[in-house]
Amino acid sequence: MNAPTDQSMNTSRRTFLKTAAFIAGGLVIAFSIPYAKRFLLPGKEDAAGDAKMPEPNAFLRIGTDDTITVLLAHSEMGQSIWTTLPMLIAEELDADWSKIKVEHAPAAPAYAHTAYGLQITGGSSTTWSEFDRYRQAGALTRALLVQAAAQKLGVDAATLKTENGKVISGDQQLSYGELAEAAAGMETPSTVKLKDPKDWKIIGKATKRLDGPEKINGSAIFGQDIHIDGQLTAVVARSPVFGGKVKSYDDSAARKIKGVKNVVQVPTGVAVLADNYWTAKQGRDALKIDWDLGENAKLDSAQMLEDYRKLAGEKGLPAAKVGDSASAIGKAAKTIEAEYTTPYLAHSPMEPLNCTVRIGDDSCDVWTGTQMQGTDQQAVAKITGLKPEQVKIHTVFLGGGFGRRANPAADFVSEATHVAKAAGGTVKTVWTREDDVKGGYYRPMYLHKARIGLAADGQPMAWEQAIVGQSIMLGTPFEAFMIKNGVDATSVEGVADSPYLKGIADHTIELHTVKASIPVLWWRSVGHSHTGFVMESLVDEAAHAAEQDPLVYRRELLKNHPRHLAALNLAAEKAGWNQPTAKGIGRGIAVHESFGSYVAQVAEVSVEEGAVKVHRVVCAIDCGLAVNPDSLKAQLESAIAFGLGATLQSQITFKDGQVQQSNFHDYQVLRMNQMPKVEVHIVQSTEKMGGVGEPGVPPIAPAVTNAIFALTGKRIRSLPIGSQLA
Amino acid sequence: MVTLNINGQDQQLDAPDDMPILWAVRDLAQLSGTKFGCGMAQCGACTVHLDGQAIRSCVTPVSAAVGKKLTTIEHMSEDKIGQVVQAAWSEIDVVQCGYCQSGQIMAATALLANNKKPSDADIDAAMSGNICRCGTYPRIRAAIHAAAEKLA
Repeated sequence: MNAPTDQSMNTSRRTFLKTAAFIAGGLVIAFSIPYAKRFLLPGKEDAAGDAKMPEPNAFLRIGTDDTITVLLAHSEMGQSIWTTLPMLIAEELDADWSKIKVEHAPAAPAYAHTAYGLQITGGSSTTWSEFDRYRQAGALTRALLVQAAAQKLGVDAATLKTENGKVISGDQQLSYGELAEAAAGMETPSTVKLKDPKDWKIIGKATKRLDGPEKINGSAIFGQDIHIDGQLTAVVARSPVFGGKVKSYDDSAARKIKGVKNVVQVPTGVAVLADNYWTAKQGRDALKIDWDLGENAKLDSAQMLEDYRKLAGEKGLPAAKVGDSASAIGKAAKTIEAEYTTPYLAHSPMEPLNCTVRIGDDSCDVWTGTQMQGTDQQAVAKITGLKPEQVKIHTVFLGGGFGRRANPAADFVSEATHVAKAAGGTVKTVWTREDDVKGGYYRPMYLHKARIGLAADGQPMAWEQAIVGQSIMLGTPFEAFMIKNGVDATSVEGVADSPYLKGIADHTIELHTVKASIPVLWWRSVGHSHTGFVMESLVDEAAHAAEQDPLVYRRELLKNHPRHLAALNLAAEKAGWNQPTAKGIGRGIAVHESFGSYVAQVAEVSVEEGAVKVHRVVCAIDCGLAVNPDSLKAQLESAIAFGLGATLQSQITFKDGQVQQSNFHDYQVLRMNQMPKVEVHIVQSTEKMGGVGEPGVPPIAPAVTNAIFALTGKRIRSLPIGSQLA
Repeated sequence: MVTLNINGQDQQLDAPDDMPILWAVRDLAQLSGTKFGCGMAQCGACTVHLDGQAIRSCVTPVSAAVGKKLTTIEHMSEDKIGQVVQAAWSEIDVVQCGYCQSGQIMAATALLANNKKPSDADIDAAMSGNICRCGTYPRIRAAIHAAAEKLA
């Protein structure tokens, strides 16, 4: 998903509604803060931006004990919004930071994404999309507390100031907890003024994670850790081939295992329920199932790639077309032709998928780590026959998401609901690691075929590129917005809108969308996860063909793109691009924009006996305002590790309909001994805010493969690198 | 029934001999800090100490722990080295999603118990069995070095 084109919000025109309610030991202040202009979902776009008033949404509670509980409309999965969003509220509220507590919000329309219109954590959008809403919630609450203090003290509100959780009048102080009850009765101001950035005390300062302590001592609760009295654990046997169905099954051996309590059939397979995971897994493994493997039993990813290759030579749907690239290439001084491929990839979050469900007569409780509460709630309602508002989604910490836990098909939540429905009681459905690796929803495999014509001066004058692969958005709620004229924007993002193409008079980008039965999904950085690699490799090939320095060449092509240039120049400077490399070290560079942020990386690599070692990565980002610079740096370190594992060694392949990988021994991800030194530098920027979770992923593959080329002369055009250098 | 000494206390658990320690700890003793990641000693999320040595509890049966001292993340705040490691983790703000961190801290604590001043190569050797999909590796490395300095 892309960053919105219009984030502008006119605070002075804002109006608020408030409802206040007493709770045990404190007060909930719920506001209606109008949405920003929505841009994604059809039929939900508010032309006037803030014309409609949503239902009240509680973003904070103030306890009489002075605690301030911030509710997150988004899910914490490592990206540190558990800290960043409270920073926004605390800034405007002048809160005592030590009194902040944090909770995930329930699933409710009020917590819909300010831009996407449904409750979702994705698209690297949390901080920019909540930057105004959470600050406004803080500012509005502060205004109410000040009014309450003014009345209590009999003074003019204008004479009061706030600091560290207190309203101050001369030498008198009232804590927010003392004022909370009275504040609930105050008239809501129709507008609030947000602080001038020069007065910020919290925003922009490196702030430690609020979820740190519980994640260090083992007390943090993830979905796997949910324990409801009387619950059973279920492990499900699923078809070894996507789309396969159970013909018949024999559960007699499974039922003989001590502790196995039930065996039920569900749409996805057969579930064994037991007192604990170990017993349920043994029961699952003892099932004898006769599968109808269906039409995908011969699926073969090597064959699919051959088919993609043929398709790339045919005419596709236009994703971008300017001028006449075919005839322009005919006039080129030099021509580059290249094919690039990237494999299916699993997200493999550390916490295997799981979901606990308890269905009652008129309610259903769901405990899980999810990035997409809204669609999960709808899916559970449909399966149980309840109304969506009767389904309570209790979001717990996500042991990694990377896109896998934002599934429009609500796959793991739906399956767990089916198991609970069939078996009754409270059931925790747990996936094994093998289930996770084989269970689908992969980053699609893609093939790119490119032809570039260079002018006599080495500059690209014509560019043709065909992209072949499955569509991620097809069949999701985003389809109508994201697929235009048959072109899924996420299949071509980073190519069709590439800054390099803007300066090329003749270019054609075509897409071939392949219909395949392999479930696919956004994988950290979505389309950019392959297009960043391809574009930055092609530009490197062009620089080499033009006999120019890769940095100098990029600077010329990006001369009208100041944010790309700022990141590129900062990374190059900090990496010492113009200094000679140590013996045996190659250096490569890449720059790519995604999710509204601009990231450049310089990688230093060596190759010994066919094995690539990445020693150092210098990274620079322009994401606009850095709300929490330390967690921003952590996200880029994270993105580099995530992308580097895929660059070096991760891939999902199919043979005879089955996934050939199963666990971390054959679906290999990055380990400690492969982690380079990482330096992250932030461009001081007042430009529009972009995302931070994903934009660090796309540049790492090309920075590394360009470095390999600089060192060895071998151009890596297919990921993962694997044994290609052996 | 087996008797396991977990974090200094004997506990009677209704576990078959071949049940991995991981599930006895998580599902029977209800200590959920030790995590399930792979079930085949490939990721280290389940790392606990058995008589002070780091082991992968997902592949070690409870029978192997009988008569020995089993220590989990829940006990690290009372462990002299564990405390220092946790403080270093906090100082450097290592965690992201946090799911693997119990295992990382248990592995790091066992490393420092055996090696007071681990080099980068020692850290690679001891910690490469512990996967972190969030890629907190640079901060884990820094925190181990910081803890080693505190312990010196």
